[in-house]
Amino acid sequence: MVIKKNIATSESGFIFNPSTGDSFSANPLANEIIQYLKEGQSIQKIKASITDRYDVDVFQLEKDLDNFVLQLREANLLEY
Amino acid sequence: MVIAVTGLNAIDSPGPGVAVIRALREGLPQPLRIIGLSYETLEPGIYLDNIADKTYQIPYPAAGTEALLKRLEYIHDKEQIDLIIPNFDAELFNFVKLAPTLFSMGIKTFMPSMEQIDSRDKTNLVQFGIKTGLSVPQDFTMYSSNELYYAGEQLGYPMVVKGKFYEAEVCYTLEQAQKAFYKLSSKWGLPIIAQQFIKGMELNIAVLGDGNGNAISIIPMRKLYITDKGKAWAGITLEDDSLIQVAQTFVKATKWKGGCELEIMRTPEGQPYIMEINPRFPAWIYLTAAAGQNQPASLAKLASGENVEPFSKYDVGKIFIRYAWDNIIDVATFQQFSAKGEIDIN
Repeated sequence: MVIKKNIATSESGFIFNPSTGDSFSANPLANEIIQYLKEGQSIQKIKASITDRYDVDVFQLEKDLDNFVLQLREANLLEY
Repeated sequence: MVIAVTGLNAIDSPGPGVAVIRALREGLPQPLRIIGLSYETLEPGIYLDNIADKTYQIPYPAAGTEALLKRLEYIHDKEQIDLIIPNFDAELFNFVKLAPTLFSMGIKTFMPSMEQIDSRDKTNLVQFGIKTGLSVPQDFTMYSSNELYYAGEQLGYPMVVKGKFYEAEVCYTLEQAQKAFYKLSSKWGLPIIAQQFIKGMELNIAVLGDGNGNAISIIPMRKLYITDKGKAWAGITLEDDSLIQVAQTFVKATKWKGGCELEIMRTPEGQPYIMEINPRFPAWIYLTAAAGQNQPASLAKLASGENVEPFSKYDVGKIFIRYAWDNIIDVATFQQFSAKGEIDIN
């Protein structure tokens, strides 16, 4: 799962899709996940990275992450 | 250089004139004198600073080519016009017809031919698609509301019912289609076009063709804010190779000469359909200059015989946001234009 190459992101969490003109705002954690995806990291590795650093229930994280990925797909930001 | 420009009606359904002039002033060297040509006395562009240096009233297109020529001869006598850029669909016929006469007077134009204009007409769009290989929606040209039943059977619902010149309604039932047929035909006349409904994202492309099959400039834009008249009040430049390809194919197939706007519907699968082709610059044309491809200035250079290389890049993510501004003038100024049909502003 990879973020489309032409998607522009900023440190503040602003996301811009130059193919559609759509823009979005991501909160700090969502922005962090997007950066991981842009680097090509797997979902498993992203999960591990988050659970290492945050006090979060694994089941809840998986649910939230699935939901977030669905949002990215609906927003047409994912390559496949 | 003296350039005459129409379409100074920068209103809620705006003409492109003010944006064209802004781009010309930015992209052409001095000395540059801009002559506004207006149909009505309250076209806002007449009275704005640094838009038209002087504006002359011209007869409505319905008055015909002779009346227009007579007026242009008068204006040319005073201004020695080098180039005219017409910006309305409705006036194009007269200007295209007069182009050889204007040329013999020393006035250049850079417009599509009558054949090119006809080929992209709403009523010829399907044929145009077949000829060029570009995707267009299926349609039926109708002269009677009785034809709606068959059109609905063939195209399915929802179906788009379109006026001859302007306006369109998405209809979900035969009854809605009949209502739209009567409403649009009473306003714009016959024929009415029933068009296949294409679901997707509405996009626009501003294009400048050199008349030899080369696209000098292509700028795709998505409307971010649309008025109740369907006009873009804000928009953003996009990066999309499929849209560039569509525009290049269009220019190559038609050898389009001058500016035009392609209205595109891109399906969720990414297939671009040409919904309509406007044979002149759109009102948002200044965005092309802001994005690095000044189409009006390039058109002026092409018309002057300069060699203009096709642009290869533009800024993606440039946004225009139109705004309303109450320009204050004295009644004496208004009276001068009303009474004399001409006014110096700058």
